[in-house]
Amino acid sequence: MGPGTAWYLGVAGFLFGAGALGVLIRRNPLIVLLSLEIMLNGANLALIAFARHLNNGDGQIFALAVMAVAASEVVVGLGLIVALNRKRIPLDVDRLSSLRG
Amino acid sequence: MIVASVGNVLVWAVWVGAAFACLASAVAVVSFTNPFYSALALIGNLGSLAVLYLLLSSEFVAAAQVLVYAGAVMVMFLFVIAYVGPRTDSPWTGGPSWQTIGAVLAAGALLVEIVVVIGLKAGGALAHSHHVGAAFGTPSYIGRLFLTDHLLAFEITSIVLLVAAIGGVILGAHSRTSAEEVPPL
Repeated sequence: MGPGTAWYLGVAGFLFGAGALGVLIRRNPLIVLLSLEIMLNGANLALIAFARHLNNGDGQIFALAVMAVAASEVVVGLGLIVALNRKRIPLDVDRLSSLRG
Repeated sequence: MIVASVGNVLVWAVWVGAAFACLASAVAVVSFTNPFYSALALIGNLGSLAVLYLLLSSEFVAAAQVLVYAGAVMVMFLFVIAYVGPRTDSPWTGGPSWQTIGAVLAAGALLVEIVVVIGLKAGGALAHSHHVGAAFGTPSYIGRLFLTDHLLAFEITSIVLLVAAIGGVILGAHSRTSAEEVPPL
């Protein structure tokens, strides 16, 4: 027997915490997006660990759906960053506080 | 018996290597000042997560992880970082210090909460996992689940991807509408 489910869940929890820290403290929206990916991957690891634990494939389906949503989120986020860069707006999440176009 | 214990040690060795690579690259993504290096560290993170998925007998998800994330998504990330240009900012400066302290406290509280919940459950329900068959996690298994039990999720996923593609095109073409905002070539 390899490592139990709790070990995988510990790794998933650490990944989620590290990603949350990155989302909260970083100013660059590109790195905020990357940290968001880490949070999503931590959740995916927990889903897949529970799918293996319960011998139920639904967790893997959920993980694949999370992957598709993450890809969509990256498309929209990077599109926003490119649009900001074209308008010469500084890439700093603290200075993006108004919604006026 | 000896063969079984050697296999056991191998599985643990691979798990420890992949898990440490995963955690170290996650910390690296958050703490690197250059976003290009952060994106490269995230590729390492995704690769070691794929190894963990393989250890959890989820072959299809591991392959999809490498193809979709480490392939498509990260190439797009690196392209946009190269397009925007290198901008470095230190992770620990630039904002009010109470904000950083609060963020570290919140993330630490989240981690402690997760670990405590796992620790409370690990003694009972998490101790014995079910036995999985050889077909678990193979592409045919996933495909059968997607086309029988989870058909609605499959179709809605395709709509989500279509809407994201349309949104990406609209955001990318936005500044053409006003001529003075297009930078001269």
